[in-house]
Amino acid sequence: MLEASHKHEPIKGIIDRITRRTTDILKFWGGFGQLCGQIFSELFRPPFYFRLFLEQLYQIGIQSFLLVMVTGLATGSVMALQFGYGMTRFGGKLYVPKVVALSIAREMGPVFTSLLVAGRIGSGIAAEVASMKVTQQIDAIRALGTSPIKRIVIPRLLASMVALPLLTLFADYIALLGGILVSVFELGINKEFFIAKTVDTLRMVDLTTGMFKTMVFAFFISVVACWRGLNTEGGTHGVGASTTWVVVQSSIFIMVSDFFLTKLFMLTVYPKY
Amino acid sequence: MTSETILDVQGIHKSFGSKHVLQGFSFELHRGEVLALFGGSGTGKSVMLRSIIGLEHPNRGKISFEGRNIVGLSERELVEVRLKISYVFQGGALFDSLTVEENLAYPLKEHTQLSEKEIHQRVNKMLELIDMPGSNHLLPAELSGGMQKRAGLARAIILEPEIILFDEPTAGLDPVNTQRFLANVQTLRKRGITGIFVTHDIPSAFEIADRIAILYNGTIYLIDTVENVKKSKDKLVQSFIKGALGTVDK
Repeated sequence: MLEASHKHEPIKGIIDRITRRTTDILKFWGGFGQLCGQIFSELFRPPFYFRLFLEQLYQIGIQSFLLVMVTGLATGSVMALQFGYGMTRFGGKLYVPKVVALSIAREMGPVFTSLLVAGRIGSGIAAEVASMKVTQQIDAIRALGTSPIKRIVIPRLLASMVALPLLTLFADYIALLGGILVSVFELGINKEFFIAKTVDTLRMVDLTTGMFKTMVFAFFISVVACWRGLNTEGGTHGVGASTTWVVVQSSIFIMVSDFFLTKLFMLTVYPKY
Repeated sequence: MTSETILDVQGIHKSFGSKHVLQGFSFELHRGEVLALFGGSGTGKSVMLRSIIGLEHPNRGKISFEGRNIVGLSERELVEVRLKISYVFQGGALFDSLTVEENLAYPLKEHTQLSEKEIHQRVNKMLELIDMPGSNHLLPAELSGGMQKRAGLARAIILEPEIILFDEPTAGLDPVNTQRFLANVQTLRKRGITGIFVTHDIPSAFEIADRIAILYNGTIYLIDTVENVKKSKDKLVQSFIKGALGTVDK
């Protein structure tokens, strides 16, 4: 009898784990959907906190410039280097500007910038909102007759959705600059040739689709960070756990959704060019 | 104190998962009185208080404020209630990115049309009331625990609400700061405030309350005047009082 019950324990454990995981997933998507609903219902209703939006824009946008600049420069340089040496072997060195420019505008710029922002801003938002939750500041906002959605979530969401595409545009520019530097000094490609080929290759749609991707990523990063922050429990330990969770989930979402968005653009806007 | 009922709580039930915290909680609050809710940890004192202002949603029951049931109201509908019932949080819950002045000005900026000058004057008046003049530009992190709680009290009363809910405001304070906080509450009492004072601290409850409600097993075990509670021969009531006083004496 005892042996039989021991035999069932691993199965019970697996079922428990599956149940718990399923509940967590449902709780997350349910909470995410609910928060999105609250955001849309309050977005166009006064009062509007323009000053809070500007504060967030400064924190999310301006304060990320240096980080984005360094990463953009490194990304463009490395790509030019790798493509340059790789393609030289097949006599394709002259295609380096074309390949680098397209990769940066469509993929590397948006994805790397979003991953950095997910790390810096996603964790920042989650930690700040979670701290406010565990110290009852979120309750205080509600108890004082104001809305945490309006004061906390919407300014961060809008600032992220404005800042991230602009940061991406900046990152694209800096990455191309990195590409030019490596091409000129390492690969012996003429600077004018690189610029001419880039201008010839890149279309507005390459930049806009990249920026559109980052708006989707920004929406997810900020809403998920706020949702998790607003639902944090368990004191300082809970704050730490929420921060890590947001960075991991946002990064996974960026990588997975990037594939589907790219596929969508290939089926719709890219073939025309 | 008048006999007019300003808040009527009837049969409140609240569960968190399988844990039934409130099981048919009922009481009435009269205009101008201070009611102390007293009970051990986890008896649902704070949950009850949070339910009154809509921070928690009871599973069952009715909370009538000025004749209107507030259970089930949306966040937007609750704004009107929250302007008349204010909440003093256990740790003050000051916004840590704002200065003391900005914290106190917050409700005035959100809900009144007062000019910056008028708001500043009102804030200064409030800071004098809580013995913190000149602390306008300090951040919450620069305040002591007692000062944070008093600033939280000032923020809660700046809109002159009809009811003030105190959630263990003296918890964690040393005797000096406890007395200072209670002195602020006594000042408000003289102005005729109505309030509910949730506490573990029975000496504080005896000092400022008109009536005491003792919570036990998710419901009110006894509700009576301070004098009658002191005189009560009931074993449970006595053990509560002695236990609490014993804790304080230590």
